[in-house]
Amino acid sequence: MYQMDELNTASNNVISCQAVCKRYGSETVVSDVDFNVQAGECVVLVGHNGAGKTTLMKLMLGLTRPSSGTVEVLGGNPARSTAVAQHKTLGYLPESVAFYEAMTGREVLTFYGRLKGVSDHDCDRLLQLVELGDAAKRRVGTYSKGMRQRLGLAQAMLGKPQLLFLDEPTTGLDPSLRHHFYELIDSMHKEGATSVISSHALNEVEARADRFVIMKSGIVVASGTLDELYQQAALPVRIRISVTAGEAIHVAERLGSEVNIGVVNNQSLSVSCFNGEKMPLIRRITDLGEVVQDMQIMPPRLDEVYSHFMKRDTPI
Amino acid sequence: MSLLWQLARKELRDGLRNRWIAAAIVVLGALALALSLLGSAPTGSVRVSALDITVISLASLSVYLIPLIALMLSFDALVGEFERGTMMLLLTYPVKRWQVIIGKFLGHVIILFIAILVGYGGAILVMMLFTGVGSEGWQAYVVMMASSLLLGAVFVALGYLVSVLVRERATAAGAAIGLWLIFVVLYDLVLFGALLLDEGQLIGQQLFAALMLVSPTDTYRIFNLSMFEGVSQAAGIAGVASEANMNGVLLLGVMLLWLIVPLIATLMVFQRREL
Repeated sequence: MYQMDELNTASNNVISCQAVCKRYGSETVVSDVDFNVQAGECVVLVGHNGAGKTTLMKLMLGLTRPSSGTVEVLGGNPARSTAVAQHKTLGYLPESVAFYEAMTGREVLTFYGRLKGVSDHDCDRLLQLVELGDAAKRRVGTYSKGMRQRLGLAQAMLGKPQLLFLDEPTTGLDPSLRHHFYELIDSMHKEGATSVISSHALNEVEARADRFVIMKSGIVVASGTLDELYQQAALPVRIRISVTAGEAIHVAERLGSEVNIGVVNNQSLSVSCFNGEKMPLIRRITDLGEVVQDMQIMPPRLDEVYSHFMKRDTPI
Repeated sequence: MSLLWQLARKELRDGLRNRWIAAAIVVLGALALALSLLGSAPTGSVRVSALDITVISLASLSVYLIPLIALMLSFDALVGEFERGTMMLLLTYPVKRWQVIIGKFLGHVIILFIAILVGYGGAILVMMLFTGVGSEGWQAYVVMMASSLLLGAVFVALGYLVSVLVRERATAAGAAIGLWLIFVVLYDLVLFGALLLDEGQLIGQQLFAALMLVSPTDTYRIFNLSMFEGVSQAAGIAGVASEANMNGVLLLGVMLLWLIVPLIATLMVFQRREL
């Protein structure tokens, strides 16, 4: 099992899960997960469908109880009925959100708003913000997938929540709305909100997240900042060298057999090495002299890191 | 309180929007109107008013209709929200689980209240205004309306219990129909069958009365047919209830028990339920 951030102290944690397991019958959906989130962090849960992301969220929301282990959110057990009072400061967007179809968009939002003590006026402003102002008086049953998702986002933002749970928030949103959506999330973070977002689109959340937790079959296979994930994955760095025409083969020979050489063309060749060997290799390449015309260093892409962790059979 | 009202109001709005309330009013109103028209004809005795006759026939038909309406309102109330996923979202709001149940219950009882008040009450007002039906015996009619609401509330609670126990809406619908059959048809059938076969050997009047008390529909019927002298004389059951020491408080108590126990059971199951 992977130990997360050992410096995390309990005092700062908004969410703290310890050795959490969730079984349905004989099926283990979440297995021995440690998961901590500090105030103000944006943590992204990544994994395929069925990796246990949604179940983990439900556990943190108190909708289900763990089979073993402890879950603490905002300093208490979320499944206890006293935790309900904290729901005022909490926002949740479920995966493929469902609404009362017979109600209009505005009725849905004001219904939820009143439960949270949010005024109808503020609900109207939120509807404008997610660009549903014109459709507010239409029944939710007539809404498209994207409109539902926006209404879902609006209800999650009711009452300026301090803790946001967003399960696959951008499915069904077109690119411009997606951008707009992340702007909204960013603005909430600037006001100090903490968020847990689940996604299977890594590159989309890459720039926004403070930390990633990669899950597979109910197990946390890796977690950390982007840099930490790169280091843990230990994927090779590729270097593309452009040389004068016809010299590629000679350059390859001069670099020697101990260098891992990939594709060799007439004018270019690519080599790869691990992070620690990168600088010595670059020096050797520059030592080759005039024949090297250009050099491109390509770090592993995020999706490569992701698929690296997903392919591995056993966790660290 | 405001939270409960918000939850109740949502059910009420649903009831208005999908024409549920309107349909129930039409059905109950038409029934009451038809029965009071029939009831206004054969009143030979001095002691029996047209309203008394109407109370007897309406109470006998309400036993079938009110539970049906109440179950149709309630069987979907919880399982429908589980299935669609709206319950999950609702429970992430600052709402306790008991508030969800009680809020829905209030909403559904208000729907029944409106349907009974407008349907039954409206019909009798029409009769009084346009035909010569007098207001003599109106108390029995009002008590009949109130106890019909209580009967409806009992079956809303029973419907919730079904709704929280099953996993699918279709199962809930089937179970609700089964519940209706048992309480409205089968229980009485079995009871009277046993009475006939027994020929008075084992089942005495006391035991028979006690067995009648077990069912909320029978309690409702006895309550309405025995509470007022005019009604009970016309119905010809004046002796039964008094000899078995059944008074109004006991009968209402039994019905209240049938309301509270399923409601508490629903709350307990829902409290443990994982979504």
